[in-house]
Amino acid sequence: MAMTFVFAFFVGGIICAIGQLLMDYGKLTPGHTLSTLVVAGAILDGMGLYEPLINFAGAGATVPITSFGNSLTHGAIAEAERHGLVGVLTGMFEVTSSGISAAVVFGFIGALIFKPKGNVD
Amino acid sequence: MVIVFQSKPSLIAGGVVAGPLEKRSIFSQYFDANYDDERWQMKTNEQGHRKMVEEACEFAMKKAGVKKTDIDYFMGGDLINQMTPTNFAARDLDIPFIGLFSACATSISSIIVASLLTEVGASNFALAGASSQHNAVERQFRYPINYGSQKPQTAQWTVTAAGYALIGKHQEEYPSIEAATVGKSVDYGMDDPFHMGAAMAPAAFQTIQSHLEQRNQKIYHYDLILTGDLGQLGLKLLKGMFVESGIKSEELTPLRDAGAEFYGQDETFQSGASGAGCSAAVFLSYVIQQMRAGTFKRVLLVATGALLSPLTFQQGETIPCTAHAIEITMK
Repeated sequence: MAMTFVFAFFVGGIICAIGQLLMDYGKLTPGHTLSTLVVAGAILDGMGLYEPLINFAGAGATVPITSFGNSLTHGAIAEAERHGLVGVLTGMFEVTSSGISAAVVFGFIGALIFKPKGNVD
Repeated sequence: MVIVFQSKPSLIAGGVVAGPLEKRSIFSQYFDANYDDERWQMKTNEQGHRKMVEEACEFAMKKAGVKKTDIDYFMGGDLINQMTPTNFAARDLDIPFIGLFSACATSISSIIVASLLTEVGASNFALAGASSQHNAVERQFRYPINYGSQKPQTAQWTVTAAGYALIGKHQEEYPSIEAATVGKSVDYGMDDPFHMGAAMAPAAFQTIQSHLEQRNQKIYHYDLILTGDLGQLGLKLLKGMFVESGIKSEELTPLRDAGAEFYGQDETFQSGASGAGCSAAVFLSYVIQQMRAGTFKRVLLVATGALLSPLTFQQGETIPCTAHAIEITMK
């Protein structure tokens, strides 16, 4: 049990370090970096590698944005098995809907309460 | 080709106003005013930017004791699309106006045009300079400040400042504009908008070398050769180019960079300051005041500019750069 914390710390840290390297050395914009990690997560799940990573590192693999790509693929495959090709379209957002809705709701609340500031405001 | 001004137009006065963070500049004691509000109490950054231009011009006129109606021409520019801050300031100043864009080299290209107008007798007094506003420039070229995007260590910090010079006919007691070199647009294939100093250094090198050659001068003829905003890394590259061309590094002491020195050693500002307002502010406050105090007799001001747009770097184009120079002397 205690080891999960250690694994979560390192796996989560490595995913974030990859993102930082993409920005610093790959010269990717923050938007490109985010998309790259989502696509990477989706591909890893397609190859069946992301679930084992979650089992191994827990939140270290579910919290970073790669997990969103994983969920997209996961939902698409699960629904496709049940409903065929249409399931690919309906499934993607079935698993991720709570995450997306939470982003919308909390983003809205955040925007109501806080005002972004500049360097010297 | 070097332009030699027979009539030696005078740099009568400089007006420089800067923003709140620029109080931390080692040059701030030379500025006419430092404002606490980045937006000059206006609603938007661009409106504040416009106000800043107007105030710099007012300081220059006030110091020389001339009125708006005495000014024949207003030459200037900034970094914002269509140069609206300067264009809108021109509307309120109500002086015949040409907007000039040489990115961060605009202060000097404006002064060159104003000097030419003075030389041919078309102008008794002309205002010339440039400005930049941190928030507005960052939003246009990189990301909005509020977005909180990371910047690498090679990045430079756009200065919030406006510097305008009053150029008039030759008068003994003021610094004279002796000669000028208009730079080419130079491209060494750099494509990183966070590493402008490296992109601009070759342009500065070409302009300085061409000016010295055609004027038959050496670096030691100058008390100061001040580039605009190469930053710490760009200045290092420039010095390296001179060393490679056969000049000993101890002969390079007059060579300094306004951007590299602007914020001192403060690491918050990464590789130093940049922006059209950086060179304009330092040239037209510190340099002029030190010349009048007798510290510098012969100075070469070399404003450097990266001629990119947000679109060109997104499309993967390299960054052409330029550098314009004026040679100023004080009796």
